[in-house]
Amino acid sequence: MGIINSSRKKSPWVMHYACTSCNGCDIEVLACLTPVFDAERFGIVNVGNPKHADVLLVTGSVNKKNARVLKNLYNQMPEPKAVVAIGACACTGGIFRDCYNVLGGVDKVIPVDVYVPGCCARPEAIIDGIVMALGKMDEKAKNMKKVSG
Amino acid sequence: MAKTIVPFGPQHPVLPEPLQLKLVMEDEKIVEAIPAIGYVHRGLEKLTELKEFTQNVFVVERICGICSFQHAMAYCQGIESIMNIQVPDRGRYLRVIWAELHRIHSHLLWLGLLADAFGFESLFMQVWRDREKIMDIMEETAGSRVIISANTIGGTRRDISKEMLSKIVGVVDEIKADLNRVESVFFNDYTVKQRLVGVGVLSKDKAYELGAVGPMARASGIKQDLRMTGYAAYGELDFEPVVETDGDCYARTLVRLKEVYQSIDLVKQAVAKIPEGETFAPCKGNPDGETISRVEQPRGEVLYYIRANGTKNLERLRVRTPTFANIPTLLHMLPGSQLADVPVIILTIDPCISCTER
Repeated sequence: MGIINSSRKKSPWVMHYACTSCNGCDIEVLACLTPVFDAERFGIVNVGNPKHADVLLVTGSVNKKNARVLKNLYNQMPEPKAVVAIGACACTGGIFRDCYNVLGGVDKVIPVDVYVPGCCARPEAIIDGIVMALGKMDEKAKNMKKVSG
Repeated sequence: MAKTIVPFGPQHPVLPEPLQLKLVMEDEKIVEAIPAIGYVHRGLEKLTELKEFTQNVFVVERICGICSFQHAMAYCQGIESIMNIQVPDRGRYLRVIWAELHRIHSHLLWLGLLADAFGFESLFMQVWRDREKIMDIMEETAGSRVIISANTIGGTRRDISKEMLSKIVGVVDEIKADLNRVESVFFNDYTVKQRLVGVGVLSKDKAYELGAVGPMARASGIKQDLRMTGYAAYGELDFEPVVETDGDCYARTLVRLKEVYQSIDLVKQAVAKIPEGETFAPCKGNPDGETISRVEQPRGEVLYYIRANGTKNLERLRVRTPTFANIPTLLHMLPGSQLADVPVIILTIDPCISCTER
């Protein structure tokens, strides 16, 4: 278990899902991976498959239709996993909270570990959020070990 | 042969956004594409009726983060025409500069995503590295990287200093030099051509019939660019729409690549011609009346219909976005193509789902 945990910390695989984001945070998430910010120096790799992912990055608030998709993606991810809500709308609903089709922040549907504020959240803040999520995942992994004995 | 339905999206590695297409397949060939929408719908048009018309500038910017400036510009131009506000000359030129910078960053973003879609990751990285220079300008001039909130009713909220303007010219020249290095890959590379030439062909007649807008229409030979109508300061600048005639994915790539050069040229022209003076005219009272405002976004024409009734809240705001106009062309191009070409064809319409569903 020790070696798996330390390798996970060295190379977290992230998956990105845009709920009702305006694209602003989405392109900032992608910008994290590109040469100027270069999240790969922390071993962060973007994957498209929830079963490969350790960290779920969610941008935008939840609406009635995509709540099911988001839950589905979250349930498919293997334990231990962490969720990072990126941007004001993912945290609380932001400017969209009064819209008739918006349920609110991501935490209405799935448990959130790290909140990254900002509209749009800056790439530095997003990378910081992912690194914080790794700390949380480490704790979760330790708790899992206790339960499994 | 039995038909199978393959769902494409809403979560798909090639799309940053949740677009869902149900692809009816016969073996590897697509017979029909059925779009399923609603994953990004928020109800922003209704929200604009609840907020005051001055606050709405910030709401419409968040219809789409990539072309936020043009959304705010279309909205402000609409309100200005209802209230008969004359935007000062400096404000009009500043709008052109920011709008063209947004077009450069949007097109570079798209070129990168396209490279990623056909599996050319190093090209994606190269193009996005160049794009960061534009984001730095945005941050330096407006304080934010993506949604810059520089527009206000009556002009722009911020001014750009003389030193900054000359710096902008330097940076766009750098981007031009950077792009010159990668353009030969888009123009000549065998693999890139193999993936793009002859894929997703849209004829001129069909593009016209389906109401394609923006680079989609221009790549099919329709010379249509709303900037030619001369809103903001475009009437005083010298440019010609970029037109290609082949109508395939390759033509659309060329149009967008050449438009980056065109935008660089427009930024330089605007910087050379910008007059001194105020950046905005104050707005008094509430709007009363209705109007239609159209602006050329990176993805094509956006149409704002605004109806106001003399109170501080609007009665109705309707937005028709470029991707909404281009989705019928996508549904026309997909049948008959191979499953492996689907990501490339979808990307060449430059889909912006958050615009479309609002």
